[in-house]
Amino acid sequence: MTSAASRARPGLGLLKPAVFSASLLPLAWLFWRIAANDLGPDPAQELAIATGEWTLRLLLITLSLTPLRQLSGRPEFVRVRRMAGLFTLFYAAIHFFVWMSLLLAFRWSAIGEELVERPFISMGFASLLILIALGITSTRAMVRRMGKNWKRLHRLIYPAAILGVIHLSWILRTDLGEAVLYGSILTLLLGYRLWRWLTRSA
Amino acid sequence: MLIKKPSDIQPSEITPESVYRRRREFLRDSAALLAGGAMLPPLAFGQQGDALKAAAPPGLTRTPPATWWEDKFETIAPAPSEEPFYTAESLTPYQDVTRYNNFYEFGMDKSDPSNRSSAFQTDPWSIEISGEVAKPGTYHLEDILKPHDLEERVYRLRCVEAWSMVIPWIGFPLADMIRRFEPTSRAQYVEFETIIQPDTMPGIRSPFAIVDWPYREGLRMDEAMNELTFMAVGLYGSFLPAQNGAPIRLVVPWKYGFKSIKSIVRMHFRETRPNTTWNDLQANEYGFYANVNPAVHHPRWRQDTERRLPQTLFSRQIIPTRLFNGYEEQVAHMYQDMDLARHY
Repeated sequence: MTSAASRARPGLGLLKPAVFSASLLPLAWLFWRIAANDLGPDPAQELAIATGEWTLRLLLITLSLTPLRQLSGRPEFVRVRRMAGLFTLFYAAIHFFVWMSLLLAFRWSAIGEELVERPFISMGFASLLILIALGITSTRAMVRRMGKNWKRLHRLIYPAAILGVIHLSWILRTDLGEAVLYGSILTLLLGYRLWRWLTRSA
Repeated sequence: MLIKKPSDIQPSEITPESVYRRRREFLRDSAALLAGGAMLPPLAFGQQGDALKAAAPPGLTRTPPATWWEDKFETIAPAPSEEPFYTAESLTPYQDVTRYNNFYEFGMDKSDPSNRSSAFQTDPWSIEISGEVAKPGTYHLEDILKPHDLEERVYRLRCVEAWSMVIPWIGFPLADMIRRFEPTSRAQYVEFETIIQPDTMPGIRSPFAIVDWPYREGLRMDEAMNELTFMAVGLYGSFLPAQNGAPIRLVVPWKYGFKSIKSIVRMHFRETRPNTTWNDLQANEYGFYANVNPAVHHPRWRQDTERRLPQTLFSRQIIPTRLFNGYEEQVAHMYQDMDLARHY
């Protein structure tokens, strides 16, 4: 009844297209900067940094949707959760591709070495593998088929986010400001869940 | 000996058109004058600076920190046309050299130093010379520069982050400067310090900065006295912009860029090896020597290749990194008995 009522609410049909378009804006902005030759003298590096940052931002946005729904009581937040998660994977995949193609020029032996020998890169890669697993299992059919295990598997989004924030500190050298910013938001989001879990089981 | 095919480099990449035109006019006029029997002193035809390998694009030249700088820059000896004080590789354009910088006192992004350094004060400027020298003291920069004739040098710059540039510096050999202060026999190392100007340096004010300012670097005495080691006060024929280390900085072309300390206010001569900023922060990543070496593993960045800037997405120059950044002939002898993998 309530869901039928909310579906009938005017404008709600636009929610998903709106979120979809908004999620493409960072990519559009990057294409614009490529076209305008605005990426500076080291465009490959700039693209790698920008796509990485957007991956992390979308990941944190995805993680904030459940708390927002619980705090606001509005189901719309959760309706776009899968889409937000898939866009996180989308940006992570571009980030990885930029790194492989533009920074390492598809030198496979070098790519292999980097993935294994550099902890920051290994962690980013582990995070990407988790996102891929979650993406593949994100369909309705998979949710039905996996039952309880689906929820268990998708809790891996938490380690993926933690690995992502550690991976970010790769580019930090003299100032931890960015790690503090993303890290605090993630701590808040995970802390909220922990608090709910503790108060619920008490 | 490196022999370049003529096609490797276009004259237009080295000399701005206006400059070589002027040179042609000069030759034509000289021929006319000589034909007419007139003899004029050579300087009457213009400043020596006209023959520099590279000049800043018009409109992008800097205002000098003080008026005496103008006179200092009147005469600059152009770079020779052969290695090691010159390289025929394409120059990194002025706007990239001055907008893509690591100068963490102004922030961590490559664009921070150019965007956030407009308030930086470079006049008056003095350098404190201390430690194992016969003539310690605090010297005004004008007095420090006075006896030195400026010259141009086109060097490769290799950053430990695996990008590189080719930059036409203006300055003088550090060895000439050091000799004036008469180091004693106990002077085994020289330590350098960057200025701390919290009011104009946002990176220093950041609450999350993990650097113990001021930025410090150091060289062994033989490294400091090497013919390649250079004190730069300009680039592209003009005064150094703040983001490139105004008003005076070190250039050590065979070492990773972080050794080439910027905006120097102190040089301390000492018997023992000084602490250096990056070595203090992360000793396993940044050694004291920091010689460019493709064979020595670095935990963060691959060192076997480098991205020569500027790049575009469609023409990326990823070139092999050379031992000692290609200056092996001039510097390898200083490290003969050292295990370079251990003393990285």
